[in-house]
Amino acid sequence: MVNRIVVGAGYGLRDWVMQRVTAVIMALYTVALVLFLLTAPSSYEAWQSFFKSTWVQVLTQTTIVALLLHVWVGIRDVWMDYVKPVGVRLALHSFTIVWLASCFIYSVKVVWGL
Amino acid sequence: MTTQTIQFRVYRYDPDKDAKPYMQDISVEVDSTDRKLLDALVKLKVKDETVSFRRSCREGVCGSDAMNINGKNGLACLTDLKDLKQPIELRPIPGLPVIRDLIVDMTQFFKQYHSIKPYVVNDTPPPEKERLQSPEDRKELDGLYECILCACCSTSCPSFWWNPDKFVGPAGLLAAYRFIADTRDTATNERLDNLEDPYRLFRCHTIMNCVDVCPKHLNPTRAIGKIKDLMVKRAV
Repeated sequence: MVNRIVVGAGYGLRDWVMQRVTAVIMALYTVALVLFLLTAPSSYEAWQSFFKSTWVQVLTQTTIVALLLHVWVGIRDVWMDYVKPVGVRLALHSFTIVWLASCFIYSVKVVWGL
Repeated sequence: MTTQTIQFRVYRYDPDKDAKPYMQDISVEVDSTDRKLLDALVKLKVKDETVSFRRSCREGVCGSDAMNINGKNGLACLTDLKDLKQPIELRPIPGLPVIRDLIVDMTQFFKQYHSIKPYVVNDTPPPEKERLQSPEDRKELDGLYECILCACCSTSCPSFWWNPDKFVGPAGLLAAYRFIADTRDTATNERLDNLEDPYRLFRCHTIMNCVDVCPKHLNPTRAIGKIKDLMVKRAV
């Protein structure tokens, strides 16, 4: 294989938009959570009943998915900037995906109390 | 005529003689007619002719004398001597291979510039005289066409330092938008395709070093933002 500089992967826009949309979702969730913390009674029961309601669980899970997608774009950008050997980079990308997928599965367990 | 001594710390490197670069302290006498950094550098060159730097028009049009002045990229011919803290530390613009002293190899920079096809593409039959633009359409090119390709912006951009072979850089992207914005150009889609890549355009993380250093006060970040807007508009 000749050593050519190859660019043109064609997915730049998708990831850039995804990073911005997920940032907005996280910002909205953070504001909502802060408002709840300011008004909530500070007991375990109140905390538990809040996180038991389906809409809170759905919004929390959505935000965690947004966070993981956001992290994927950010971490991958770091690997792309600083890790040049293609094999090492592919390994790091794969590791990041496995790690984030595991985080997602664990978050399902936590959020839905499985 | 009052004279004044200016202290310099200049980056010196001659690959034929030096094992590695070093900083040299030099001082030079200037008089009250020497107002710009380049004036002092020309005197410095008289004193020590081995100090090497590029310069040509000495009025901010040719873009030859870009250098790193006290840690910030700029043109020596547009930088006022009186505003500079001494010793004035001069280094080559960062991120490009040094040929000698303050002279860098600009090949990579121009490769990126050429990659965006910096000319109007229009395959329709040419009119009798010229392709006309309305004054409003022409106005769109203000703040874009003035770039002198001095490379101050691209060489102050960390994304260009890390990926000079893949990221087009602020100068190239400003030029790219200059032709996307040109109503006489018919290759907008191809131009957007050419940039829709995680490296070529999207290595820009909007830190705006380019805007901070541009000696012509242009705004590559805004141009990059407009390219991204057009891509979103095309996609949704």
